[in-house]
Amino acid sequence: MIVRTRLKRFALVLLVVTAFTALGAGVAFAQQPTPSDNDVNRIARQMYCPVCENTPLDVCATQACAQWRALIREKLAAGWTDDQIKQYFVDQYGVRVLAAPPSQGWYSLIYIIPPLLLVAGLAVLYRALASMRKPLAAQAAAGRTVAPASDDDEYLQRVEDELKKNK
Amino acid sequence: MSENSPIEAAPRRGMPIWVQLIVWAGLIILLVVLAFGLAKSQQASAAAGDSISTFNLTLFDGYAYQKQSSVALSDLKGKVVVVNFWASWCQPCEQEAPDLEAAWKAYEPGGQVVFLGVDYVDTEPEARAYLNKFGITYPTGPDLGTRISQLFRIKGVPETYFIDKNGKLVYSQIGPFVSEAQIHAILDPLVKE
Repeated sequence: MIVRTRLKRFALVLLVVTAFTALGAGVAFAQQPTPSDNDVNRIARQMYCPVCENTPLDVCATQACAQWRALIREKLAAGWTDDQIKQYFVDQYGVRVLAAPPSQGWYSLIYIIPPLLLVAGLAVLYRALASMRKPLAAQAAAGRTVAPASDDDEYLQRVEDELKKNK
Repeated sequence: MSENSPIEAAPRRGMPIWVQLIVWAGLIILLVVLAFGLAKSQQASAAAGDSISTFNLTLFDGYAYQKQSSVALSDLKGKVVVVNFWASWCQPCEQEAPDLEAAWKAYEPGGQVVFLGVDYVDTEPEARAYLNKFGITYPTGPDLGTRISQLFRIKGVPETYFIDKNGKLVYSQIGPFVSEAQIHAILDPLVKE
């Protein structure tokens, strides 16, 4: 009797598991539109719409930006490459739409000046630290302390004399 | 101080002059670029009395001016020019679009006034749908490279600029027109000049 009941329970569990497995096999995830949002955002995050300054195109919520993203999707679907699409936007709306300006013409200064200043700044820092350490090193080499006691210091001699008098 | 002072004994070492020059030149260039950018971003829109440099507007197909696919401001000397910045994504632009078209229809036969629609940061299919929706017929084209909007230093859309027969900016309307009569009130004295 007990065995039969256990068998029945086992069969029931098996049935439920089988049913869920079969259901799971039938589930299909919603297809992403082609090209996918990820494809569009890959390009969009490299651009800024002039209307919404400081907001990358991929997260900008305005109608203008939505239209731009739709245009990117359209161009991707037409087989354009990322660079071709970005160039199209530059031609249409100017170079300021790019998150990273091109390394050509005056824009190349953006890539040259900051690293140059950084290197120069590090050089200044290095020289300053080196010049601060050299006198100390020179003293150490000469076996001198920072404030050497001098036997012929007139002021100290007077202090010594006063102390002796008071003893 | 004694002759043996370690401070006096240490040789004075300065930065080589070429390093100093590079650092100062770099800093000055950086500051100039920053100042220039800040000044540019703080500039107000073009105002009455300003002279407007000439610009070239490439026109949408079907919106040619005297059968030309582009129009230059310098070619319009002797005419009153109305430059309207708009975009298909701009709700207030829709409010004034019928008034602008009606005003254009009123002035077009006289030949003394030219309306130019400058489509700002827009996508062409939506722009064309907008033009069809409001039956716009005056010369209109995209602001390629946002060059024209930068020339007028616009802050948004819609904005409309009125240039007199001598090429001087005489009035700017920031925001939409509330009626066609408002456009006539600005244009009529300019036409009579």
